Amino acid sequence: MNINFTISPSFPTERISDWYIFNTWLQRALSISIHLELYNDFGSQRRAIAEGSVDLIYANPFDASLLVRERNFLAVAGPTGGDEMVVFTAAAKPYQNITDLQSGLRLSCTDDPSVNTVGRILLEPADLDASDIITLPTETYIQVTRAVLRDHADIGFMPVDAFSSLSNVVQRDLRVLMTSQLHVIHHSFLVGPALHERSEEIANLLSSLHESAKGSELLAGLGSERWRRIAHEDVELMIDIISTLTQ
Amino acid sequence: MEDMNPAWITGEAREYTLQFFDGTRRRVYVTDTETAYPHGKLIVSRTDTEGVITLGNQSFVDMSGYQESELVGQPHSILRHPDMPAAAFQNLWETIRSGRQWHGYVKNLRKDGGYYWVYATVVPNVRQSRIIGYTSVRREPSRQKVAAAEAMYRDMR
Repeated sequence: MNINFTISPSFPTERISDWYIFNTWLQRALSISIHLELYNDFGSQRRAIAEGSVDLIYANPFDASLLVRERNFLAVAGPTGGDEMVVFTAAAKPYQNITDLQSGLRLSCTDDPSVNTVGRILLEPADLDASDIITLPTETYIQVTRAVLRDHADIGFMPVDAFSSLSNVVQRDLRVLMTSQLHVIHHSFLVGPALHERSEEIANLLSSLHESAKGSELLAGLGSERWRRIAHEDVELMIDIISTLTQ
Repeated sequence: MEDMNPAWITGEAREYTLQFFDGTRRRVYVTDTETAYPHGKLIVSRTDTEGVITLGNQSFVDMSGYQESELVGQPHSILRHPDMPAAAFQNLWETIRSGRQWHGYVKNLRKDGGYYWVYATVVPNVRQSRIIGYTSVRREPSRQKVAAAEAMYRDMR
């Protein structure tokens, strides 16, 4: 049996080799052949999901909704913290707070549905909705940063991890207007029907990974200290919460 | 539900008696002190199908002014502010009991008699085609929308 594994395209590119190392470890731990396929964007990953070409996924919270509710995937583990994001501007801009932003705002963002949905919620206190915003889509967070620094955009959306990985020199030229502190939305490891029989084993493996030196090293490479076990109801609740955020 | 205790109140307060749909009443004390919504956060709580609180996140507890143990097991209407028209909650319950989401601007009452505004969305928790409870997710509203809601609720009362 060959298993197809993929991860959310929102992961930082410097972690690509660490995901391959993790995949090698997982194949050995489960004694099965696992092919890791990385997609450049959410659109191509969604097409692969629709074609049934994904058996195991480290999923963005919004994709987890689709996979659990409509494609019979089971959530087994996830990071201990939540997915948070920042709304930022250039330090040279006059904006000090979200409420300083005005209609006609130019927004640079990628196609990450989680970051974009949360970002738009953070703009609501400024009474800004989609009709007030000119969205300038880009492919990478580096391009988002450039667009803001070169005044092609007034603000940018980015995951906290990606913002933190910018150099101090770049961060000095930017100003964070707001950081989300939702704590309730997070990536999840999901297993598809082909691996249902082994879901308990995979949950145990991933949630105990931090207990060994090798496991801690793998986790550190992926930007986590530990993964926790996720009960099915935990992910169902997260999906219910996500469903409210698009209203 | 227990009446509010005047000893909980900070500052000068007005007294009201709320009447709920189930016929019960609660005496509450209200001040004009607003607590600002915490930027960047979500307030999340869950109830059973009868509206009894089963859990809430830290923001829910912090903004209410109660301890978590004082909230769990209580009706969600422990946060009902007398400025909110009863019709708004009737519409909320009719909507979510029919399996649909409800959303709107809500003025909530704190334990200390103060208040805070939220934009709330309530979603039925459907499991195996059955509603097993409700989740309420609140986020920071715009002041313009709050002003419009205040005027509308004043007309409805």
